[in-house]
Amino acid sequence: MRTLKRREFLHAGALALGGTFLTSRLAFASTGNTKSRLVFIVMRGALDGLAAAPPYGDSDYAGLRRELALKAPGSPGGVLPLNGFFGLHPSLTFLHDSYTARELVVFHAIASPYRERSHFDGQDVLENGSSQAHAVQTGWLNRALASLQSGQGQSKELGVALGQNIPLVMRGPASVTSWSPSKLAALDDDTLERITDLYAGDPLLAARLGDALAADAIADSAASPMQAAAAIGDALPNQSLPQRGRPMRYTELVRAAAGFLRRDDGPQVAVFDTTGWDTHANEGNAEGQLAGRLVALDAGLRTLKEELGPAWADTAVVLATEFGRTAATNGTRGTDHGTATAAFLLGGAVQGGRVLADWPGLSAHSLYQGRDLKPTTDLRSVLKGVLSEHLLVSSSALETSVFPNSADARPIKDLLRG
Amino acid sequence: MLERPSPAVAANRFGLGARPGELAQIGSQPRDWLRAQLAGAPPLVADSELRSSAETLARALDARRELRAAKRAAAAERTSQSSDTADAPNQANALAALTKVGQIYRPVYIAEASARFRQAASTDRPFVERLTYFWTNHFAVSIDKNIVLGLAGSLEREAIRPNVLGRFSDMLLAVERHPAMLLYLDNHMSVGPHSKAARLLGRRQSGRRVGINENLARETLELHTLGVHGGYTQADVTTFAEVITGWSIGGDVGRFPRGEPGEFLFRPELHEPGAKVVLGKRYADTGYDQGVAVLRDLAANTATAHFIATKLARHFIADDPPARAVERIANAFLSSDGHLPTVYRALIETPESWTQPLSKYKTPNDYIVSTFRGLELPVDAGRSPLAPFEVMGQRTYSPGSPAGWPDRGADWDGASALIKRIEWADAVGQRVGSRRDAVALAPQLLGDSLTPATRTAIARAASTSQAVTLLLSSPEFMRR
Repeated sequence: MRTLKRREFLHAGALALGGTFLTSRLAFASTGNTKSRLVFIVMRGALDGLAAAPPYGDSDYAGLRRELALKAPGSPGGVLPLNGFFGLHPSLTFLHDSYTARELVVFHAIASPYRERSHFDGQDVLENGSSQAHAVQTGWLNRALASLQSGQGQSKELGVALGQNIPLVMRGPASVTSWSPSKLAALDDDTLERITDLYAGDPLLAARLGDALAADAIADSAASPMQAAAAIGDALPNQSLPQRGRPMRYTELVRAAAGFLRRDDGPQVAVFDTTGWDTHANEGNAEGQLAGRLVALDAGLRTLKEELGPAWADTAVVLATEFGRTAATNGTRGTDHGTATAAFLLGGAVQGGRVLADWPGLSAHSLYQGRDLKPTTDLRSVLKGVLSEHLLVSSSALETSVFPNSADARPIKDLLRG
Repeated sequence: MLERPSPAVAANRFGLGARPGELAQIGSQPRDWLRAQLAGAPPLVADSELRSSAETLARALDARRELRAAKRAAAAERTSQSSDTADAPNQANALAALTKVGQIYRPVYIAEASARFRQAASTDRPFVERLTYFWTNHFAVSIDKNIVLGLAGSLEREAIRPNVLGRFSDMLLAVERHPAMLLYLDNHMSVGPHSKAARLLGRRQSGRRVGINENLARETLELHTLGVHGGYTQADVTTFAEVITGWSIGGDVGRFPRGEPGEFLFRPELHEPGAKVVLGKRYADTGYDQGVAVLRDLAANTATAHFIATKLARHFIADDPPARAVERIANAFLSSDGHLPTVYRALIETPESWTQPLSKYKTPNDYIVSTFRGLELPVDAGRSPLAPFEVMGQRTYSPGSPAGWPDRGADWDGASALIKRIEWADAVGQRVGSRRDAVALAPQLLGDSLTPATRTAIARAASTSQAVTLLLSSPEFMRR
């Protein structure tokens, strides 16, 4: 039997499946603003906002940070200046270029509504869009997409999660898919057809299989072909085990994300995770553990821009974390779990070159519970602003289904270019 | 709803998937089959390649010392010579020493992970193995921190396995003093602000702050015992962190080299002196024993019992576990003083464990192991058997955070994850299909959960290898 590549199978084989295959899934749907692209990057582990975007102009900064303090702009290893008070970590050269090009907004003293210090509950709140951990089992981004889909009366994938599974922020009623590169050989069409039939009585697996094939159809033509190899005895690549000091590789993730987003018929929203921000010990300053992570992230974002090409002009990237870290260095040259932190909005569609912060200061009496940067901006204000101006999510949806009970977090306006 | 406990539920939900003949062996009393596995000493992993955590750590500490010495020599060489010193002997030595540190952990990890896999594929006490996995995941460390690569397997063998049929409080203590946990959550260098070490370092005026690191204390309260809503405060976290200052490791790992390299060592000079109040109770300063006393109380706390009962019920029964089952398990925990076999018996005795078959989506680990058991595939030597775990997104000992792998279907049933599972199933089918009879195997592996649709699809497959692919891809093989 002739073995079709999966994408050919999708185009040629849909009819052959006697209608069991969901042909409507082959195209991705579009939001209210069909050109807009949104990337949401979850920084898991609690990013140290005082290191990523140091307030070097605050007179208490250097004393609290001690050996972790970054030097003023101009000195070796010094911060990259933004507005004379805030800077960027010296590893973030692309973000700094973006700021200069007015494509980056830095938010500071920002936090989700979560006020405890558990990573896992903090990430749950960051993703579920409520003010309580585990209050709902769906994510704000999915619910935002659902509000757009319901207006269109169709069910196609608006979003893709880069990874095997779908993070909470993208789970929910709207149809989304996940994609990650495969080292395994593709299935032949006959086997695939039989498995599709086998799942006919299983709604979950049937939907997942359909979503996977739709995503593969896009990715096959977008991403570079992966090497197929036999599986059981497939040798572990030499680089696959973590090695000290090796920066995380975002390149593959970011290329895949761009491959989806730059297509006219692709999804408009992509999410992926970054990890390694939980810097309890030996965090480093201009160099060291955190610096290495930031270098990799910065390079990944630069690659994202390059790979998106013209679509960058229509793109907004949001980077957010579950909470910040202690204002002071701890006993092991790191920082423990804190409260407010920094967040970033980046992209060609962004009205950037600004730091938005209602700065509470770092003096002893202005710290939250005497130890953390005090939150003065609700992260949901940023997310609401982006969703409403960029994806044209209605304000009624934002206030009811997307971020319930968030009236106090008023959307920040004019984050996007008009 | 099932009338009586099913052998297939016993083998798949509480075990690691049936091997051919296992369902017949379980017979009409699945609960007895499970209870019998709880009797006797817990099975250990016997493999001559495996080393203790202390031995691995001691080797790593030696290599690190050599590296530092080599670096110093190389630096001296650079300053004393001109720029053309590319082949200077000391710089070559530094490079060799660096490579050596990196080489220590990797073979240890591969040996540990494949020994674990081999045990899972062949054990006739799969329930105990599943419980071991449960606890390893409860007390999770992750190899994305480099040093854990060399220690994660030994944490399971030295702290989890010996206690899996014992008392929770003993397991808790064994884990919190294990070098893997102390290093993973940074406690080995946490210093009491009023300790002797702090005074000494303060006099030296190095400009560095010395003090506590609250990572292990927080995760012990949040993840290992009470749970995040267990009623502790930030002050409890901070004070408990002070209580366990000094819980460290021997050898040259901190600022004061001494003790047996790689072994647990209480370092009194790092310990924060004084009585301390945790969760409203005062603990006198008894040094190391102060921490033990707090851990014993945490292990006996009602919140801990409910937290563990909920996790057990979620893991074995359903994503949203039935409240009655949770209550029953928690009561067994409290009334037995955390005697784990009593807790497990409550789990298998509660009717809810048997009434919702296939309610759990298999994790990649469950899926791979059940495939190897069902098809009686050999776990070869070396690292190649570990590849599918990585391909399917659950590389052994790499949950990525101290919270461990997530335990709900939505965390694992992504579209891309499903297609990888099917692609791998297909590769397995092509590899061994000509030597397996899926038509005969299906009822042996799935028992009464095998649906007519799957039975028919396998029977009508175009080839024996496709039949295996369809068996492994079937909805009932994806779940347990």
